[in-house]
Amino acid sequence: MLTLDRVTKTFRTGTFSGSTTTAVDRVSFSVDRGEVVTLLGESGSGKSTLGRMILGLTSVSGGSLTLNGEPVRPGKEYYRRVQGVFQDPFSCFNPVFKADRIFALVKDAYHPRVSAADWRARVEGAVRDVRLDPAQVLGKYPHQLSGGQLQRLLIARALLLDGLEILVADEITSMLDASTRIDVLNLLGDLRERGLGVLYITHDLSLGTYLAESTVVLRNGRIAERGATGKVFGNPLHPYTRHLLAAVPRLGVDWVDAEPVESCLFHGAGADGDLYEAEPDHFVACARLPECEGR
Amino acid sequence: MTLTVDDLRVHYRTLRGDVRALDGVSFTVADGEILGLVGESGCGKTTLGKSLIRMDGRMRHIGGTVTLDGDDVPVGDDRAMNAFRFHRISLVPQYSMSALNPTRRIGRMVRELLASRGVSVDTGELHRRLALVGLGPEVLERYPIELSGGMKQRTVMVISTLLDPSLLVADEVTSALDVSNQKAVAHALVGLRDRGLVTSMVFITHDLALTSHIADTVMVMYAGRLAEKAPAGVLTTAPRHPYTRRLLAALPEAGVRRSQGRLSGIEGSPPSLLSPPAGCRFRDRCPLADDRCAEQPPVVEVAPRHHVACWKA
Repeated sequence: MLTLDRVTKTFRTGTFSGSTTTAVDRVSFSVDRGEVVTLLGESGSGKSTLGRMILGLTSVSGGSLTLNGEPVRPGKEYYRRVQGVFQDPFSCFNPVFKADRIFALVKDAYHPRVSAADWRARVEGAVRDVRLDPAQVLGKYPHQLSGGQLQRLLIARALLLDGLEILVADEITSMLDASTRIDVLNLLGDLRERGLGVLYITHDLSLGTYLAESTVVLRNGRIAERGATGKVFGNPLHPYTRHLLAAVPRLGVDWVDAEPVESCLFHGAGADGDLYEAEPDHFVACARLPECEGR
Repeated sequence: MTLTVDDLRVHYRTLRGDVRALDGVSFTVADGEILGLVGESGCGKTTLGKSLIRMDGRMRHIGGTVTLDGDDVPVGDDRAMNAFRFHRISLVPQYSMSALNPTRRIGRMVRELLASRGVSVDTGELHRRLALVGLGPEVLERYPIELSGGMKQRTVMVISTLLDPSLLVADEVTSALDVSNQKAVAHALVGLRDRGLVTSMVFITHDLALTSHIADTVMVMYAGRLAEKAPAGVLTTAPRHPYTRRLLAALPEAGVRRSQGRLSGIEGSPPSLLSPPAGCRFRDRCPLADDRCAEQPPVVEVAPRHHVACWKA
């Protein structure tokens, strides 16, 4: 289980790094094995920064990140258990080499003693696990494959690690077409059934709710609302979540005008980053919610 | 009848031959109509939008005509198109950041633009139009970097429509925006049409749900050809083309959970447009395909204003 406890990230900005920007502010939640957690936020909400911190691609300014109770120390052993897949599959491959070279790199780094024949069988198994036909995708150059195929090869690469526990999927479907997007999402759902924990980072509310057991809504680096997906979207309590839900265009449903976020007296998180538990497994960053509901 | 496109064919020149990005597309857009143009990447929707205003060096006009308010639009002739650009046909590009000059305040940039075109628009009118899309006059004193993505997109919309064009081509204008900004920009676009600042609009997007909210008519393209065109309400509730049906079935809606029913995508991928197969281009991925589909299906009006290119519709 990957646990985030009051994780904070501040960037130095401005001329001569004179000021600081807090991109992620005391965010706490956890991703368990066999669970999909959606991290939902608009641009600038800090969702990708959070993903990058989990993957050790950027340092953590405050708070703690633990994997199964032990502090996270990015390195070879950590990456055996935690892997990431990113938005743009086209930039993840070297166009000079065949696409399946990414599998050879995994073998060299993590499984050097596996025999070539065994490895070949494992690669084919992983490629089949991501619903691709090995004969169609292996031995091809990146430009010969579609975005959806490349994205699935990157997921297959992560699956080749024998100890994989957590997959951070940062906007993995936003570059894909509508007709293939859902297949990649279904694939994440199947991986969950194999005991993998998935952190699915997205700005797309409808894609986020499709898979996840629990959802974290991030706004300006802070959690606005978090909990079981059905509760967060079935009974949204934070005005920001309501605003987001109203802004999503839906087929056959009129676009309603939600009250602007600013109109709520209580917008913004509680001063200390603490969340108020509105019901079991449903937390809101709104310390005065009980008063509000009594009104 | 504002815009009439008849059998438009546009190819891209590549080293391996011509890519038939637009292979015989015909449609009309009426006065005051917003046409939503939907399709996946590579279906030719951006090529169509670009053909209506400016073809780049790799594009070649092979055949077909475009008529706007009764006048022929010389889409293949870059120089002759200058008379139409911005005055009668205008464009809102996808990335507004790269459409604005970063070294100029917005107001100065607009003045320079108008001067270069030899036209003048008074400041009061400019302020009124900015207010229409929800921007204050202080925007004119700002640099592009000081505006949010949605504000920049709306600024570009105002600049694009200053000369009251007959046709506005909006290419993926909301794709780079957050959902709340997306809604504001979409409403602003509809507002431009409602106030008569543009007569009609072609709204290009890959988002069917968004299109169904702002467009009057939705046209679905597949592999360089028209698949289905119908009033927005009809297309989303009673689609006739198998591609439209499968596409709608692949869209998760907010609140739909996987546990309630697994959605599925469409197997396979669109054909290469270098040498597209004869007949229906959706044939290889279509669950209903049979021998007849080896022949290209004509576009048939199956119900009033509902056109479908499928033998099975």
